[in-house]
Amino acid sequence: MSTTNLEPRGVRIGMRIASIFVLAFLYIPLLVIFLYAFNSSVAQSWPLHGFSLKWFGVAWNNDDVRSALLNSIKAGLGATVIALSLGSLAAFAVHRFNFFGRQTVSFLLVLPIALPGIVTGMALNSAINFGGTIFGLHFSLFTIIVGHATFCIVVVYNNVIARLRRTPTSLTEASMDLGANGWQTFRNVTFPSLATALVAGALLAFALSFDEIVVTNFTSGTETTLPKWIYNNLRLPNFRPQVNVVAMVVVLMSFIPVYIAQRLSETAGIFERGEGR
Amino acid sequence: MSDVRLEQISKAFKETVAVDNISLLIEEGEFFSLLGPSGCGKTTTLRMIGGFEEPTSGTIYLGGDDVTGLPPYKRDVNTVFQSYALFPHLDVFENVAYGLKRKKVSGAEIKTRVDEMLELVDLPGYSARRTTQLSGGQQQRVALARALVNRPQVLLLDEPLGALDLKLRKQMQLELKRIQKDVGITFIYVTHDQEEAMTMSDRIAVMSAGQMEQVGAPQDVYELPATEFVAGFLGASNLLDGRIESVDGPTAKVKLTSGAVVLLPAKRAPDSKQVRVGVRPEKLSISTNGGPTDGSNSIEATIRMSTYTGVSTSYECVTDDGATVVVYVQNLDASPAPVGAGQRVTLSWSPEHTFAVEPGTLKGAPE
Repeated sequence: MSTTNLEPRGVRIGMRIASIFVLAFLYIPLLVIFLYAFNSSVAQSWPLHGFSLKWFGVAWNNDDVRSALLNSIKAGLGATVIALSLGSLAAFAVHRFNFFGRQTVSFLLVLPIALPGIVTGMALNSAINFGGTIFGLHFSLFTIIVGHATFCIVVVYNNVIARLRRTPTSLTEASMDLGANGWQTFRNVTFPSLATALVAGALLAFALSFDEIVVTNFTSGTETTLPKWIYNNLRLPNFRPQVNVVAMVVVLMSFIPVYIAQRLSETAGIFERGEGR
Repeated sequence: MSDVRLEQISKAFKETVAVDNISLLIEEGEFFSLLGPSGCGKTTTLRMIGGFEEPTSGTIYLGGDDVTGLPPYKRDVNTVFQSYALFPHLDVFENVAYGLKRKKVSGAEIKTRVDEMLELVDLPGYSARRTTQLSGGQQQRVALARALVNRPQVLLLDEPLGALDLKLRKQMQLELKRIQKDVGITFIYVTHDQEEAMTMSDRIAVMSAGQMEQVGAPQDVYELPATEFVAGFLGASNLLDGRIESVDGPTAKVKLTSGAVVLLPAKRAPDSKQVRVGVRPEKLSISTNGGPTDGSNSIEATIRMSTYTGVSTSYECVTDDGATVVVYVQNLDASPAPVGAGQRVTLSWSPEHTFAVEPGTLKGAPE
């Protein structure tokens, strides 16, 4: 498997340096925040004044941080639940049925990924205001959840439809052939083949929601989420160490699900199409 | 009693006609093969019997009952898929037990029947294995066990040996035949490999371009092909153009374009005057010192090439009017007769081994 032997030595070394450079570019800023989270002084200066865990305690005991964390978790879970149900149903429909405008529907489902968050946020903001005048809709956790769901649905949809397309139709045919009706086939074959895709989609959706700020700003009203708290307190020097701690938590809470999701997508290969038609 | 009956079945996908008005009777306990090149409609025919495709027109009977509109899970038929289609999230036992569980068979009986079936396919002790850890041949056996354990009225097999290497394929052919004899279930087997079809089948239906070319026992379709397509698809055949000169009692006389006159049993002559006379390569004998004197058919030719293939030597000869004739001579002696390129020879064969078909356009090229 050593295709590297085909490359001249110079090219190999060059590529290695380039990758190290790219990784450094991506991760050094994060590393700096992590380091300052352990800084014992309030002032953010180099070299670090000393090592301390005290800001973790301070942040944890800050009621604003706690309620923001709770809100972020609630919003993430809510958006994930909506995304799971609507995203997978949309994937089944687009995969299974050949209806008029199927390509268009598929495109429209994926489009929110590419839409600028600020436009989505603006549109949602007017919609919520409009809903307020008609049936008393008001800015709340609920509107944050709905706002996040708009871009979380597509993550689940994409994962599920990719898995459906990669699962051979002969598996469902074999199940029917062995006496299972449509529902039994779904429960015993289709659903198990989708399980890891659903979990991966859910984890990604949660991670996306957890660190979202643009749409949140337009849909949250007075509610605060963790990213919103960071943004509001970033300018206050006294709060800087706490902001660093919170930022680190947000990074970890996003990193872990994304990592697990990626592992799940890799190990799901057993259902993929083998030989044959 | 007929087990499977197809009545004027057609299947069209958008503009293409995959199966074109075929009718077929398959007997109970028969090993029946659908043979033809890819795209001839054999798999579509099988899938219609299994319930995966609905015929555009026509009726399918299973043991006398009309099953045309029934979904797969309401037919007493099971399928061995080309890609095996084993459930990757279930182990071998759960795969084989899948059908029995759907039928609400008791746990104890499932256990007995699955074990029995794994024994039959020579995989005892594999219950707890994941199917993804099995070799191609073993997966194939699990697929067979999973279908057979349900004791279906008919078992459908869609090129089940296609993914195996040649040696394993030969071995599985004999094993499938043995298992079919053991269980006594009707097998309908789809293949594009004529040798495989002949090795296993009681009867073969040769298909081309969505139509049945010929249905018969392996000897019949090989020795007495009904059409030019069948003659060409089942092994090498030599076809020479000619005209029927006369029919004299049980014997028909055909004048070939080269001028030679050959005889064949009259009942094998097609309706047309213009015919193509055929003889299988192994039925010909080759001689360098004049024609036969026993009333055999014979033609003059020149050897173009000879190829030693171990068990036999194959000679490619050209007649004076340009037709190619292939002859297989068994290598009975250690050093075969020294006949080489350019040599004038007489090829002779018995009228009994002669067949004739209507000259037709080849509907599908043999593979």
